[in-house]
Amino acid sequence: MGRILTFEIFRYNPLDPRSMPHMQTFTLEEQRSMTLFVALNQIREHQDATLQFDFCCRAGICGSCGMVINGRPGLACHTQTSDLPERITLHPLPVFKLLGDLSVDTGTWFRNVGKKIESWLHTNKTFDPNAQEERMDNELATQIFELDRCIECGCCVAACGTALMRKDFIGATSINRMARFYIDPRDQRTPKDFYDLIGDDNGVFGCMGLLACDDICPKQIPLQDQLGIMRRMVSIESVRGWLPEGIRKRLGGGCGCGRHK
Amino acid sequence: MRIYQSDVLCMGAGLAGERVAVEAAQAGFSVICLSVVPPKRSHSSAAMGGMQAALGNSIMGDGDCPEIHFNDTVKGSDWGCDQEVARIFANTAPIAMREMAFLGVPWSRVVPGEHTYYKGGKPFQATEKAENEGLIHSRAFGGTAKWRTCYTSDGTGHAVLFTLDNRLLQLGVTMHDRTQAEALIHDGQTCMGCIARDLRTGELVAYLAKATLIATGGYGRIYRATTNAVICDGGGQITALNTGVVPLGNMEAVQFHPTGTVPTDILVTEGCRGDGGTLLDVNEYRFMPDYEPEKAELASRDVVSRRMTEHMRKGFGVPSPYGEHLWLDIRHLGEKHIKTNLREVYDISTHFLGVDPVHQLIPVRPTQHYSMGGVRINKDGHAYGLKGLFAAGEAACWDMHGFNRLGGNSLAETVVSGRVIGQKLVEFLQGYETTFSTQATNEAALQVQDRITQLKRGSGDNCYVLRNAMQDIMMEHVGIFRNGKDLEAGVAKLQELLERCKNMRLEGNQPGPNAEMSMALRVPGMIKLALCTAYGALMRTESRGAHAREDYPERNDKDWLVRTLAYWKEGADLPTLEYERATPWFILPPGDRGYGGGKIIQGDMTNEKVIGYDQQA
Repeated sequence: MGRILTFEIFRYNPLDPRSMPHMQTFTLEEQRSMTLFVALNQIREHQDATLQFDFCCRAGICGSCGMVINGRPGLACHTQTSDLPERITLHPLPVFKLLGDLSVDTGTWFRNVGKKIESWLHTNKTFDPNAQEERMDNELATQIFELDRCIECGCCVAACGTALMRKDFIGATSINRMARFYIDPRDQRTPKDFYDLIGDDNGVFGCMGLLACDDICPKQIPLQDQLGIMRRMVSIESVRGWLPEGIRKRLGGGCGCGRHK
Repeated sequence: MRIYQSDVLCMGAGLAGERVAVEAAQAGFSVICLSVVPPKRSHSSAAMGGMQAALGNSIMGDGDCPEIHFNDTVKGSDWGCDQEVARIFANTAPIAMREMAFLGVPWSRVVPGEHTYYKGGKPFQATEKAENEGLIHSRAFGGTAKWRTCYTSDGTGHAVLFTLDNRLLQLGVTMHDRTQAEALIHDGQTCMGCIARDLRTGELVAYLAKATLIATGGYGRIYRATTNAVICDGGGQITALNTGVVPLGNMEAVQFHPTGTVPTDILVTEGCRGDGGTLLDVNEYRFMPDYEPEKAELASRDVVSRRMTEHMRKGFGVPSPYGEHLWLDIRHLGEKHIKTNLREVYDISTHFLGVDPVHQLIPVRPTQHYSMGGVRINKDGHAYGLKGLFAAGEAACWDMHGFNRLGGNSLAETVVSGRVIGQKLVEFLQGYETTFSTQATNEAALQVQDRITQLKRGSGDNCYVLRNAMQDIMMEHVGIFRNGKDLEAGVAKLQELLERCKNMRLEGNQPGPNAEMSMALRVPGMIKLALCTAYGALMRTESRGAHAREDYPERNDKDWLVRTLAYWKEGADLPTLEYERATPWFILPPGDRGYGGGKIIQGDMTNEKVIGYDQQA
């Protein structure tokens, strides 16, 4: 027989006038290879059909099931109960609008921030169906994909001190997204364009450097590095006009590392 | 009731839906997309492997062309596909891949020089051409003559979906996520949109549109063990079936993927075997070459899944508390390869199984994976039966996959058919005006409202009991190997289950988000889809592709070179089946696939039209 697990789960339905935020306790016998996906579905199917939570791919790929697990944001589907103590406390991700219990509205948040940072490739070219594709160095394609791997689960935002204090902060996920377009030669935006989009307190300068984002990212995306690169690039851009010409020349374009546009 | 109106309504915002939406929005039409999840979470994002397109840039794809891709696709389908559609697909695929590169997909690229690749677990050297440096690279997938699968490491679906969704953001397309379509608005002639349920609030909302697209993905969740996401419940197909006038095509054609993990049923990509991974049995013996000397692990998925099942039945399975399984071995590919090109596989193995694939074997077994069947559409994407209704992607039966689809062909289909059907939808809309009927709108809304009211009064089983029972019946009676007796029993059990749905009970009832209600509204429709699958399989007395009848082991081209069309008449407890020719004409006349074995009962080809690949019919 497995351990008896005790789940303390946050309950609140904002659309039910009788509902008050509270913690509810459920117990469940642990099975081999049990994940929080398995456990929560068993609770809903056998103990309380009104429990709300989100899963989709249940394989750690789609980013639906971010929640605060024993105080730490993470993906419920790839959290095995065997890695947790017998008492498991689950809260919804903060920052995002609560829809009910463990379910939060990440979709609207990401849509809004996506529009704000113009999260798409900017080009004035048009597609020619008869032409061969533009060439790209495979090393660069791999680098872009490394940053493109963000699944927008929202864990980094929920773990972010700045995002909790400043509701319009774009979060590490968005800075990483901009870093992805910044290194993509197909995107014609210049450092000035990036400065205009993220060069303020809601962008790269809002970050207090606590870097919980980097610690908790379920996809282990190097968020700290991206923040550093983008902040340096935007900082240099903001003072570029005042720098003596010699230094300007030495810095070259972009973030000054000589590798980026 | 809130009412929205647009030129185009896309039910579903995965790759196929979004690709059509892009086409329509680029042409200046207003588009609303509905999605049960935020669109970037669609199940398309889980597709790891890649997209087949005959670009021929890589050395192992050298000399590839659409015709070879077409031939592979037709053979893979076991001649069940529509050859006109398969040709459109093969010809358009290279353009669609380049277009995705243009929009921002970071495809893996050709690196010139000598590389070590694997075939059947054995390393070999090949030299990529210098003149192809930086062009889109390709990897091996099962059932293909050339290495043809374009990929971005192992996150192809994710990368393409994010690129398309970003394009929709740019085009300003309206996105209503957490919205579930429940019924089509129609008058028996024309489709005018749908009634949907807002999953945030539980309210019903009407969407009126000149053109409605069903792109809601597959219906894998009618099976217990499936690699599909929890949202792949056939929602779109159900709305089409419930009209009574739109048929579903080839619902009995269900693919089992050879490498679902045990016990979590998460897919590990065919890229593992494409890159040289092998299948081992309880004795850690590589058995596939004994069954398939030429293609071994890289025969088509239906064949590999059947051979695995056959081998386990002979007593060579690995026993486990979760049932028997086999092993997937990728250890010889090395740490660097596994942690970059197969990183998702590494993550899945370590996170969900506690297995380190660099040093350990991965437990796998054949698991439901893909729905070849779906809303029957013509080559332009127009659904049979209703004007203004379209479908695309896995939700549709276009039908390029026939009775088995090749790995990498479905992900490619999403953007290829999205491009083709999107253009046809735009042509349809040019100058088109229609009338929206308040009567049809109210009837559809009332129908959904009635079902909700009835659920609140029910006193029988709850939705989870009924769903679980259906899933178990499908696993037991309509699995990899099928026979008349089991199928007949399965159909009877499903019919009984459908009857029990009439008194379905809700355990809880609350305003706002209500996952139980969402499931309860789905279950009767899912059982209907299960019945279409089981009954179609019972009536099809032959074996073709993924449909393997133990009592009818031959592929019967004499009687069964046809597509099943399943209609559901109001009040019926079984679908009405009709049949149509599988293909209007042949480029590749029926023959041997070259793998899988099996006998063929030959059809009479004397009066059949056979044309050349470059010839118009």
